[in-house]
Amino acid sequence: MANTPVKTFKDAGHLLRLATVFLVGIILFLVARALLVPRSFGQYGHYRGNAIAEIAAHPAVFAGHQTCETCHSDVLEVKQKGRHARVNCEACHGALAKHAEDPVSVKPEKLQAAVLCVRCHQANIAKPQQFPQVDAVEHSGGAACDLCHRPHSPAIDSGKSQ
Amino acid sequence: MNLTRRRLLILLPAAAIAWKHILAGTPEAAPNYKMTEHWWGMLMDITKCIGCGNCVRGCQTENQVPDGYYRTWVERYHVEGWGSENPKVDSPDGGKHGFPAGNQIGGKNFFVPKLCNHCAESPCTQVCPVGATFISPDGVVLIDPTYCLGCRYCVQACPYGCRFIHPQKQTAEKCTLCYHRITKGLTTACCESCPTGARQLADLKNPQDPIHEFLRTHSIQVLKPYMATNSKVFYNGLDGSVR
Amino acid sequence: MPLVDGFMYPNEVELQWSVLIVLYPYLTGLVAGAFILASLERVFRVEAVKPTYRLALLTALAFLLVAPLPLQLHLGHPERSFEMYLTPHRSSAMAMFGFVYLWYLMAVLVVEIWLDYRRDIVLLSQSSHGWKRVIYRVLTLGSDNISERALEIDERVGWLVTVVGIPSAFLLHGYVGFIFGSVKANPWWSTPLMPVVFIFSAMVSGIAAVMLLYMFLNWLRRVPIDMRCVDTVARYLFYTFIIDFSLEMLDLIHRIYEADESFRSLDFMVHTRLFTSQVIIQILAGTVAPIGLLALTQVLKLPEAARKFIYSLAGLLTLIGIFAMRWNVVIGGQLFSKSFLGYTTYKMAFATREGLLVAIALSILPLIILGVLVKLLPPWPEKDAMLAPQPPL
Repeated sequence: MANTPVKTFKDAGHLLRLATVFLVGIILFLVARALLVPRSFGQYGHYRGNAIAEIAAHPAVFAGHQTCETCHSDVLEVKQKGRHARVNCEACHGALAKHAEDPVSVKPEKLQAAVLCVRCHQANIAKPQQFPQVDAVEHSGGAACDLCHRPHSPAIDSGKSQ
Repeated sequence: MNLTRRRLLILLPAAAIAWKHILAGTPEAAPNYKMTEHWWGMLMDITKCIGCGNCVRGCQTENQVPDGYYRTWVERYHVEGWGSENPKVDSPDGGKHGFPAGNQIGGKNFFVPKLCNHCAESPCTQVCPVGATFISPDGVVLIDPTYCLGCRYCVQACPYGCRFIHPQKQTAEKCTLCYHRITKGLTTACCESCPTGARQLADLKNPQDPIHEFLRTHSIQVLKPYMATNSKVFYNGLDGSVR
Repeated sequence: MPLVDGFMYPNEVELQWSVLIVLYPYLTGLVAGAFILASLERVFRVEAVKPTYRLALLTALAFLLVAPLPLQLHLGHPERSFEMYLTPHRSSAMAMFGFVYLWYLMAVLVVEIWLDYRRDIVLLSQSSHGWKRVIYRVLTLGSDNISERALEIDERVGWLVTVVGIPSAFLLHGYVGFIFGSVKANPWWSTPLMPVVFIFSAMVSGIAAVMLLYMFLNWLRRVPIDMRCVDTVARYLFYTFIIDFSLEMLDLIHRIYEADESFRSLDFMVHTRLFTSQVIIQILAGTVAPIGLLALTQVLKLPEAARKFIYSLAGLLTLIGIFAMRWNVVIGGQLFSKSFLGYTTYKMAFATREGLLVAIALSILPLIILGVLVKLLPPWPEKDAMLAPQPPL
């Protein structure tokens, strides 16, 4: 029998149905895509633009030395003259944004000189040679560091401990 | 402390207001922070690092980093003679509590702090299948925790081992360069805690930033330069044995 | 053995990709391999393997349906996995793979199976009862046309689909190889050979799987095995295996010769933590032994029973060997530190979401699905008396 275009078309009807199923699938996918992709996606690049603001909105836990210095300028004055001039407040006192927010009810913890000072100044072969380091036991025989050194200005001949 | 009561009464409200103002800033919303004006990086001075671990602890405090995972960590190297291909390296708990005085005698010893290098051509952002990790317009590689699937491809792709999967959130996590701080004019928690200034935040787009002069006058390296990731963490005094 | 030997970056100690990620390339490999075997008959007119044609297609489908499951179970947030289709990151091989998978499943495999089975589906929709009838009616898509001309069209289109399907099958599994091979941070993975090795090992595993399934199912049905078919399949398995082995040896020799920065660390790893799975299981038992056994059947004239035994043994060893290969790539690539100064250990859990139990279950599931498919769409032309004899091809 002659394969006229009409006959071929009729005999390919099932393929048309298959194609329709695929087309419906693709359309459903595109609709889902339009509905589900977050609005800010693509704003700055291939990511959710709002993510940047969300990440930036996290609360700070360290106050930053500038904030400490607005109230404690007297300490700053002492520190600036000594070897700990560039050591930030919270490097020793810990994170204190909560204290900066509510200085009256949130007080910083009392520091243990024996633990704190040793962390930086205990002699270790891997520390830079010129960094001041001692063997704590040999150096003070177990006495607390702040007996002789004022933490804010550690040089010994700068007056008695506060 | 020499604060008189009177002085305190004046300073306290002023400080509280100043702090709230700092906290209120958000990028684009804050009039003084524009993302396109910044390109963040960091300077690491190996000659100054004393391995105290302040940075690791500070980062954990600031960012609620879970125990056993590290957004930043410190490694200690011990190199004998010319054996730069066989260093002995350790990092007990990431260096969080400093390093025990080792029994090494002689050789070359030093500390190397590490963190995400915020690569300008990062392989981690390249492989993320959905766009959950990306580099912000101001040069910080960030992770969107609400979009991340936790497929771990980015963790595999990072040559520096700076990424991990948060055990509870089950999404990828890493150093964000304290994005929430630097966009408010503060420095990162690790730089704030570092007692020797070994770590310095750097804004490469700021002509006044001291990094430009430093890069010009010192021998600087990045980690694994052959990976060509365009890393933005610059190391001064980095030894050839560092992996 | 301590957890960590030497130094690892602190975040590297825990493995990221578990046994499920070993299983996943194994399953897609079987799919690609089974499909290539099917295409041998359809496109390359290797008439001898015709008895395995339909079985190979159904095998491919069964494994392809299960393949996404290990991935879903491994994700930290499987409920977000659709994001890969909504906002695929075009630079990510993993994202693009989502579409390759979808393309292969829908536009190749499902279409090809439908076209080849359409006549049977229509006849079964008329002759069966109850819920089976409903299934068949749905599968006909409402068309009852199985005239000679319609079937001729099906044959032509099916041929075209197979032709498109061959590079699609290569793409399907080559992509998985590329997902590993493109990670410059990992020297165990990063090589341009990775996609090629994956493709050929996929073909080996797929051909072996279909050969074993064909022999097993015929034994189960107490139907004589077409030895001409199985001999031919085994011969193709043998050739493909030679190529696969050569590629893997090339990679190995190249590494040993160049001995770059990573070599010492990787070499040590292969000799210690990876020795059993790499040297004993993958290379010796899983590659050299089956190649040797198959070579015997090519060189000697062995009786049928001996050949059946050797094919079964070689097939089984092959499947184990290729699984070991996936294990060595995925797990091996995470056992050593990127500092090249240390090693960690993989602690495979048993009854957790990513544990051994789940891996075993996911390996058995495709066989169950295959069982259902074989019942629904019988690949055996002589079984069902309801079906009229097939038109000559």
